[in-house]
Amino acid sequence: MSHSSNVKSNPSFKKQLIFEKLGFSIFTILTIATVTPIVAVVIYIIYLGLPAISWDFLTSMPQDGMRGGGIWPAIVGTFYLTIGTAIFSVPLGIAAAIYLSEYAQDNKVTQYIRLAIINLAGIPSVVYGLFGLGLFVIFLKFGTSILSASLTLSIMTLPVIISTTEEALRAVPQSFRVVSVSLGATKWQTIRRIILPQAIPGILTGVVLGLERAAGETAPILFTGASFFLPRLPGSPLDATMALPYHLYVISTQVPGMPVQIQYGTVMVLIFFVLIMNLIATVIRSRARARRQW
Amino acid sequence: MQQKKKNPSEFIITKTIQVSGLSSILFVLLILYFLLSEGIPAIFEVPFKDLFSQRWYPIEEYFGILPLILGSLVVTLGASIIAVPFGILTAVYIAEIAPKWLAEILKPLVELLAGLPSVVLGFLGILIVSPFLRDGLNLPTGLTAFTGSLLLGGIALPTIVSISEDALKNVPISYRHGSLALGLTRWQTIWSVTFPAARSGILTAIMLGLGRTIGETMTVMMVTGNAPVMPESVKALFLPIRTMTATIASEMGEVASGSVHYHVLFLIGMVLFIFTMVVNILASLISARQLKRSERILS
Repeated sequence: MSHSSNVKSNPSFKKQLIFEKLGFSIFTILTIATVTPIVAVVIYIIYLGLPAISWDFLTSMPQDGMRGGGIWPAIVGTFYLTIGTAIFSVPLGIAAAIYLSEYAQDNKVTQYIRLAIINLAGIPSVVYGLFGLGLFVIFLKFGTSILSASLTLSIMTLPVIISTTEEALRAVPQSFRVVSVSLGATKWQTIRRIILPQAIPGILTGVVLGLERAAGETAPILFTGASFFLPRLPGSPLDATMALPYHLYVISTQVPGMPVQIQYGTVMVLIFFVLIMNLIATVIRSRARARRQW
Repeated sequence: MQQKKKNPSEFIITKTIQVSGLSSILFVLLILYFLLSEGIPAIFEVPFKDLFSQRWYPIEEYFGILPLILGSLVVTLGASIIAVPFGILTAVYIAEIAPKWLAEILKPLVELLAGLPSVVLGFLGILIVSPFLRDGLNLPTGLTAFTGSLLLGGIALPTIVSISEDALKNVPISYRHGSLALGLTRWQTIWSVTFPAARSGILTAIMLGLGRTIGETMTVMMVTGNAPVMPESVKALFLPIRTMTATIASEMGEVASGSVHYHVLFLIGMVLFIFTMVVNILASLISARQLKRSERILS
């Protein structure tokens, strides 16, 4: 940034430059003060949680009213719930995004769809829980089960998947569509062979971020599928299940005399899960960006 | 051109995609239907006067939801006092001031905070923040509205930072160049040109952050002490409190389906739904209007 010398020597500009330096310094300090606690918390959890992790802790059942043993059923439960959520929300979310990006016209219906997506994204997680209880558990008689909880989580995840997928589809240049159709491909052939492959990294990023959120949620599964303690692993989608976030809630508020070590171990596993998902999303995104030819 | 003939599988796929496109509308309507059909009966079962009384004690049939609504508002207000200034300044720093390499480090860190499950923040609140506040401020208990506000601030922060940052980034670079060419410093440019131009995007960010705060459940349930009392003065910030979300989450598991208590909990869900819907629609209206205005200016 080079200013001409007569501006530089202007005393009021000099004063402004001092203001600028001061302002920048204050903002640097305050931003670091905002971000430091995040780093500190993660390091603190890893520091206390890592020693608690052992093969036994990960793969054995809880014992002694959660005060001993491991968290295997909670890990398995979260895995089932995440898969269940993916089965429902990924195809539906991608199809809805294809509609918005490739088919929808700029009319009232599309506006209502967008309004609905904004709304879905804003509904509190506990309200999803109420809805899941009313529709899946009671009305459709799925009971408190993996199925009910997965369906509830799917609807909650849908707006994330739809908006990121739509963004990825829209980023594919219009010329790709024009060329494909002019070569005689149908609309669906164009979408299937040309647009989707180009948009896959963006879609995957959205899916991973959506599922990460679903895996960490507690409130929607409280009354739709989570169980305090189960002596054995769930055998079918109609069984209730333990889940990592709910387990953490239980052992940090409902069980008196809980060993801190097990609590930190559980947080560690949950955070590890989130970090891995975040990392996957970041890697997919940056690799796709580096490889993109348009 | 032969392939362009309508074949049945293409027809089915197109229809499936169109129906999927409408699914979000269907889900919003379904959610609304279930909230209404289970929540409306409460209005007939509990007299209006009692519903807006100051006492929530369901075991003895006191269903006053006022302390819960106020509880949610107090915690949200507290959270916004923390998250709004820090969120905006972090966004300004990342978008306008920080060197590129530092911005690339700061952004994923903020995203990391967004990715932390709320139950983890609640856990940290119980184990670290609340004992710290109890001893530091000499309170009878560390599980207070203030503890909740502090942690909810952390939940609203990433939303506010990332959306504000986008809004600042969307201000055309020519605005900044024009301002610098007129002899303003970068600091002056930020406050007299860039920030005002991004104002409505930042307002949207604040609204969406607040929407998340009102709806947040697990963290507040774990750290605010769960006492459904009326907040009466500023001191209430340092006393236990109970939000709408926490009430639903902690009581729904124990009520009989179809009971008065069950219906009142759905009614609270309805209130929450309306709160967040209004906030979200306002936020999207603000950003839509800004879009139209900038199109007009730039065309």
